[in-house]
Amino acid sequence: MKNGHITQKIGFSALFGCMLITMFFLGAIIYFTVVRGIGAISWGFLTQVPRSGMTEGGVAPAIVGTLYLTAGSILFALPLGLACAIYLCEYSPRGFFVNIIRMSINNLAGVPSVVFGLFGLAVFVKFMKFGISILSGSLTLGILVLPIIISATQEALMAVPHSLREASLALGASKWETIRKIVLPSALPGILTGVILSIGRVAGETAPILFTAATFYSRRYPDSVFSEVMALPYHIYALMTEGTHPEKQTAIAYGCALILMVLVLGVSAIAVYIRQRQRIQNA
Amino acid sequence: MPDNAKMKAEKVDFFYGPRHALKGIDLDICENRVTAIIGPSGCGKSTFIRLLNRMNELIPNTILKGKISLDGRDIFDPSVDPVEIRRRVGMVFQKPNPFPKSIFENIAYGLKVNGVSSRKIIEERVVKSLQEAALWHEIKDRINDNALKLSGGQQQRLCIARCLAVEPEVILFDEPCASLDPVSTQKIEELILQLKKDYTIAIVTHNMQQAARVSDYTGFFLLGELIEFDRTQRIFTAPSDKRTEDYVTGRFG
Repeated sequence: MKNGHITQKIGFSALFGCMLITMFFLGAIIYFTVVRGIGAISWGFLTQVPRSGMTEGGVAPAIVGTLYLTAGSILFALPLGLACAIYLCEYSPRGFFVNIIRMSINNLAGVPSVVFGLFGLAVFVKFMKFGISILSGSLTLGILVLPIIISATQEALMAVPHSLREASLALGASKWETIRKIVLPSALPGILTGVILSIGRVAGETAPILFTAATFYSRRYPDSVFSEVMALPYHIYALMTEGTHPEKQTAIAYGCALILMVLVLGVSAIAVYIRQRQRIQNA
Repeated sequence: MPDNAKMKAEKVDFFYGPRHALKGIDLDICENRVTAIIGPSGCGKSTFIRLLNRMNELIPNTILKGKISLDGRDIFDPSVDPVEIRRRVGMVFQKPNPFPKSIFENIAYGLKVNGVSSRKIIEERVVKSLQEAALWHEIKDRINDNALKLSGGQQQRLCIARCLAVEPEVILFDEPCASLDPVSTQKIEELILQLKKDYTIAIVTHNMQQAARVSDYTGFFLLGELIEFDRTQRIFTAPSDKRTEDYVTGRFG
């Protein structure tokens, strides 16, 4: 009896220790990014174009580029993913074929992101002749997050109680009316959460845009979807590996990292808030 | 029987995959009468009632044999739209299932999907159905509140109001009081007795007293078979089958 008690205490302490280690790394990442990045942040840094071979000026084109790429990829992936999930969840007959499709989608989520980058280069940049552009980058990033959007939507759709579908059908609503007016509104918070997680993912990805959209140095803002753009994650990579003034560039890179982290964490915070609010509504 | 059959089941067999859930059911649902369907769990009574508005075809791998007609027309005929059948044959489910919307929107929904677009008509019908479902005086000040805030009994009456709003001809109740307290149950039973003036009603129930109180006809199901179907009074006082007698006197089930 007493021994069991001690074992339990040791067990709890071990779990608590692991939790502390995790928290330490999370805290350390945030701490270092903030401490090393905050010095670079200024109004000019956020709003000006780079100057003097990337060693001075701001990173505004990279912020704008990241926003464009994120918006573009979601615009592409959301309708496609939503439609795909609705089909798989509500319309497709259960069976071998659909199981294969589901498995493929899950596998797509496990493909390394650099592979998506090569795919984007081959298909969008070369074959479809979109060039290195916002369009190619957005499509590549969109494909990268399709599985996230599809599985989040599927889960949200499956969480809608069957009894609500029956209630709607029993009133003489068609299947499509039931999905559009009852099932989708109920699933919306779950779908939104998936979208927001996707935003966080695409904003931070480097490899997929490496060959499809990003450029190291641009003094201009993109003027069409066929322009190449700067983007924060790639800019960090470039600052650390290229150029002639590493000491100045490193400071700028940490500044970029801080901006990127604030953007992504901010977006995740919105996701948590939406989920929380939904939980309160359902309670 | 002197009453006019609104719906008619003839030699109905139903299979869930290999499971033979209903065996050769012949049963009439009479106009402006309450028909109760009783029997132990798993006897096929819910399966049967869900055939009457074609809800079972949402379940994959099911097979139906035989014929079910509404006003003499086969409801499973390929030319018949199930959506049309479900509008004419409404259903109230075992567990109250209001939409997570306002009370008003819950009732307006059925009207909207059936093509009623005039705001004035919708408002009138919402009030009328809430009155018919004996819920109006309790909730008239908070008609825009979320329906999920209502009590279980109120939610079930809201579901009845929602069903009445689309003006069905037949209303199917699938154990409507199974999750309700006795006071709410009594209100629903009173409501059913009121409604039979205007509607044809079929009710599945576990509760034999309930069947005796509200129904005109009663069918007793056992293991997928209809053992006996007769006037409720006969079923409960002088059943002709020994198994019916055993069930209604509480010897099993």
